[in-house]
Amino acid sequence: MDDALSLVFVMLAATLRVATPLVLCAMAGLFSERSGIIDVGLEGKMLMAAFFAATTAAVTGSAWLGVGAAIVAAEVLALLHGFACITHRGNQVVSGVALNILAAGLTVVLGAAWFARGGQTPSLVGEQRLMPLFFSKAGDNILVYVALASVPLTWWIVSRTRFGLRLRAVGEMPLAVEAAGISVAWLRYRAVLLCGLLTGLAGAYIAIAQNAGFSRDMTAGQGFIALAAIIFGKWRPVPAFGACLVFGLLDAIAIRLQGVRLPGLGEVPVQLIQALPYLLTIFLLAGFIGRAVAPKAAGIPYEKER
Amino acid sequence: MSGPRRPLPAWADVALVPLINIALAFVTVGIIVRIIGADPFHALRLLVVGALGSSESIGYTLYYATNFIFTGLAVAVAFHGGLFNIGGEGQAYIGGLGCGLAVLALDRYLPVWALIPLAIAASALFGAAWAAVPAWLQAWRGSHIVITTIMFNFVASALMVYLMVNVLIAPGSMTPQSRTFAASGKLPAVHDLLRGLGFTVGPSALNLSIVLALLCCLGVWVFLWHTPGGYALRTMGHNPQAAVYAGTDLRRMTMVAMCLSGALAGFVGVNELLGVHQRIVLDFPAGYGFAGIAVALMGRNHPIGIVLAALLFGALQQGGTELSFEFPTITREMVVVIQGLIILFSGALVHLPRPWLQALLARVR
Repeated sequence: MDDALSLVFVMLAATLRVATPLVLCAMAGLFSERSGIIDVGLEGKMLMAAFFAATTAAVTGSAWLGVGAAIVAAEVLALLHGFACITHRGNQVVSGVALNILAAGLTVVLGAAWFARGGQTPSLVGEQRLMPLFFSKAGDNILVYVALASVPLTWWIVSRTRFGLRLRAVGEMPLAVEAAGISVAWLRYRAVLLCGLLTGLAGAYIAIAQNAGFSRDMTAGQGFIALAAIIFGKWRPVPAFGACLVFGLLDAIAIRLQGVRLPGLGEVPVQLIQALPYLLTIFLLAGFIGRAVAPKAAGIPYEKER
Repeated sequence: MSGPRRPLPAWADVALVPLINIALAFVTVGIIVRIIGADPFHALRLLVVGALGSSESIGYTLYYATNFIFTGLAVAVAFHGGLFNIGGEGQAYIGGLGCGLAVLALDRYLPVWALIPLAIAASALFGAAWAAVPAWLQAWRGSHIVITTIMFNFVASALMVYLMVNVLIAPGSMTPQSRTFAASGKLPAVHDLLRGLGFTVGPSALNLSIVLALLCCLGVWVFLWHTPGGYALRTMGHNPQAAVYAGTDLRRMTMVAMCLSGALAGFVGVNELLGVHQRIVLDFPAGYGFAGIAVALMGRNHPIGIVLAALLFGALQQGGTELSFEFPTITREMVVVIQGLIILFSGALVHLPRPWLQALLARVR
């Protein structure tokens, strides 16, 4: 009984640990996509943030400066995305892909040049990392709680504030927002900035809380899983949070099941469990499990009326 | 920004805008090189020498360019149909799987002239099949092709890891790779062929796949601009309603465009596995699928442009590798940075220089 209880606790903690960056990232993408700006560049922003968090923490010795640098790095990419997609009405998917590739290259190039460790940053110790607050085993550092708090906060902002109402409107029908005398571009820029803030926190978590330093491609597709979670949650905060938890749990199970034979099933391939979030999203998008409808104006550059 | 935009003259649109976009990307790279404390001009010189300095390095440049032609064409064909295929990476991976499976199954029974075409067909078939599912999902179930192809990249990667680790691994091998192909599963290297003709060139990975790549360019050009099917495909990309009015079945056309795209991406497996590795290995698509987006954007989705862009990217890849040997502070990933910047400047920020250019040209005239 004790064993079972501790297993539940361990799995719960592991799920939360894995889900934290997903949750932050999903809320980030949610703001962006609800405003009509598709963001496949979550992964790149998070990776860049992770790199600058680890670099700054290693150089200055302060985890908090690391978090700050992560936010700045993610905001720079977010603004670049905004500049391309909002100001210059570029293709949003192309811009996102570009940022992902740019981040994948730049983090390794800068890391190798600055630290000469093949793209890794030095291992972080003590004050350079964010440490657990209450349960040392659970890894419940401050960003875990920030991620948990970001869900109701996002819900409140999106569905209970004036800004949120306009945000949703601009994602569905920017023309109407413009007609009401509100700037479409400024609204979307604010959404993109919020997205940068949250992906920055997600990146910082991965580099200086979950791990002790940056290594190449360390976000390993989590930005895309978060994207999947947004779709799974049908662009709503609480269901997206649920999807993040499910995907986090899957990951925790995948680690547990490595090499374990299940009665009646045999060994479940770890790769299958790892691919499940993607497969489930494909099924969902195909309309086999409910229906996921994106914000109507997502992906369409807005041309101001004359 | 606002105001009706006067269109640029055609020559500016075709030649000047891409050149300015590349220039912007390279200036940015120069700044990054400066930041990490190296001399950009010295680095550029080394890069050019590394890419074109010897027959061996030219061979490697062309070998890399072969992959970029395949994935660039793949992205372009889908683009012409109004579809954005980000799944080149996964399609190349699965295409390589098909190619490798065909060789592993038959290399003991078939001679080279029978096996190679079969393996090429298998990579096209597998690549097309991997693109067909997202295409079907978009055409019949309405799911967004961008998201599905992204997801399919990850699924392909997971599938390949599973197959390599559990099924295809050579007995007794510690690394996840298949057994080596028999001699009949090898595409002849270009330097061997040239030696047979009496020319001596440095050994490189360049193999006959480049001929396949050029044939694909020709094929795509003929198909898109000189057949009814290609016309219908491009009509769908420009204006789906017009295509419907002209009697095109959009669902079928979506399938055609994506399957062609996937087959082209799948040929990366031919160059990599039949040409170089001689076995199925992990991660051989190594970002070529994503780089194909940059190639297609830069090449303006036209086969000739794609060949030119692929040559540039091949030179960058080869030169960047050489550069990283010479410069301890610069790693090969600098090439990835350049790719990202090119996608940014010639894709997402393509309109950036337009207002200045329009003003400039108006003044000149």
